[in-house]
Amino acid sequence: MFIVKYIKNIFKGVKSLLVGMRRTGYYFTHHKEIITQQYPDNKETLNLPERFKGEVVLIHDENNEHACTGCTACELACPNATIKIVTKFDITAEGKKKKALDKFVYHLELCTMCNLCIIACPTDAIKMDQTFEHSVFDRKELTKILNKPGSKIRDGVE
Amino acid sequence: MWSFSNIAGSIQNWLNQTFSPTWSLVMQMIIAGIAVISLFAVLGLILVLMERKVSAWMQIRLGPNRVGPKGILQTFADTLKLLVKEGLTPAGADKLLFNLAPVLALVVGMLLMAPIAFAKDFQLWNLNIGVLYVSAVSSIMVISILMAGWASNNKYSLMGAMRSGAQIVSYELSAGLSILTIVVLCGSLNIPDIIYSQADGWWIFKGHIPAIISFVIFIIAVTAETNRAPFDLAEAESELTAGFHTEYSGMKFALFFLAEYVNVFIVCAIGATLFLGGWMPFHIGQWQSFNHVMDYIPSSIWFFGKTFFLIFLIMWFRWTFPRLRIDQLLNLEWKYLLPISMINLLLVTVIAILGWHF
Repeated sequence: MFIVKYIKNIFKGVKSLLVGMRRTGYYFTHHKEIITQQYPDNKETLNLPERFKGEVVLIHDENNEHACTGCTACELACPNATIKIVTKFDITAEGKKKKALDKFVYHLELCTMCNLCIIACPTDAIKMDQTFEHSVFDRKELTKILNKPGSKIRDGVE
Repeated sequence: MWSFSNIAGSIQNWLNQTFSPTWSLVMQMIIAGIAVISLFAVLGLILVLMERKVSAWMQIRLGPNRVGPKGILQTFADTLKLLVKEGLTPAGADKLLFNLAPVLALVVGMLLMAPIAFAKDFQLWNLNIGVLYVSAVSSIMVISILMAGWASNNKYSLMGAMRSGAQIVSYELSAGLSILTIVVLCGSLNIPDIIYSQADGWWIFKGHIPAIISFVIFIIAVTAETNRAPFDLAEAESELTAGFHTEYSGMKFALFFLAEYVNVFIVCAIGATLFLGGWMPFHIGQWQSFNHVMDYIPSSIWFFGKTFFLIFLIMWFRWTFPRLRIDQLLNLEWKYLLPISMINLLLVTVIAILGWHF
């Protein structure tokens, strides 16, 4: 019936509005929920959310070894050409030529922190770091080479 | 005991003794004008800060916290900034109307201050049709908005102004009808009479459910009339940049901004007067000792407490609900609020005739 539907509509509308007002009322009275970080003041105790993404880093272990095979999956996954992989050929113990990473070039100024390269990496060699103080005086400094000098691929990573 | 009416009375006596009656009247008018203007300034400063803090806490933010202790001087700094900024008039604008509109908006606010009872026996103008006066004068507001929108020579401004016109004209109906329910219940349009009729209980309690319904309708309608979210289609910053005041800058913009907050204060004061008893303390029937304790709280504190409670309610609406579309807005008014308030008025009339209210 029309009138029943009409009255039901009103009660449904009022109820949904009250649900919203309850939520904001809860936030208004519970100041511990505030998520604002007063950044320069709390530099030491900065509490970044887990999913905050700052820049791409190549993970190196204590022997200066990484897991990058130079497969360029990250380069292909990147939507705006942030990553450029330069490969070289190593000579293995058996005298065979093997493709390996020479330079992992990362253009921070182009990166949108979309995380697609991390997902694409088959060996989990790269990850998103939470550092975010990236300002520099020359934009050339934003083009980084992620593999440390003298680093090589970890044994057993294919 | 210290009270506003005593201060006003002693100033009047002193003026009458010192000057001739004519000059005394002129002086009183000047003092009243200065008082209203300074009340405007204080209200602007307090309400803007309150709005920013309330919105911040509701959105899990901190809000202004840098200027002064806990950020309480933020609005002073903003006002200072607006004062020194240039008030630009666009080249294609109608100069007279463009500059007149913000002043008119503020003058409407000033006119509406006249019949409001701020404390016991403390009122600028005690006229016998106070409620009618308020509902009549508050509709002049739409003219200033239309004026601003039209004179700006800007499509966004004009659109915002037209939306605002449709909105205010339609919501005035249900606001008027919900005001009428209280007028029917107490049988007077005089604001002190309405307040004195609530000495044994506020109308929202005495009038049973119809009074509560009309209170809810009143709050919704005045939120729409003051152009505040969820009914801020006139500004709609995500669609029309700033609606009717897109082209305004500096102090002219500040006047619109101030007029908005002053209007919020006024409609909340009217709501507090009609439904929550104005300056009348909270009394429960025959509990003499409880009533005496309540009487010790000054009447001005009761009035401002109730008004600020309603202002908080309206701010709560603003920072919770999403904006309505123009068709939803008119649907809500013509299909829901208006029929409900008409039936409600009928119910209240029956209650008033049969004397069923307390």
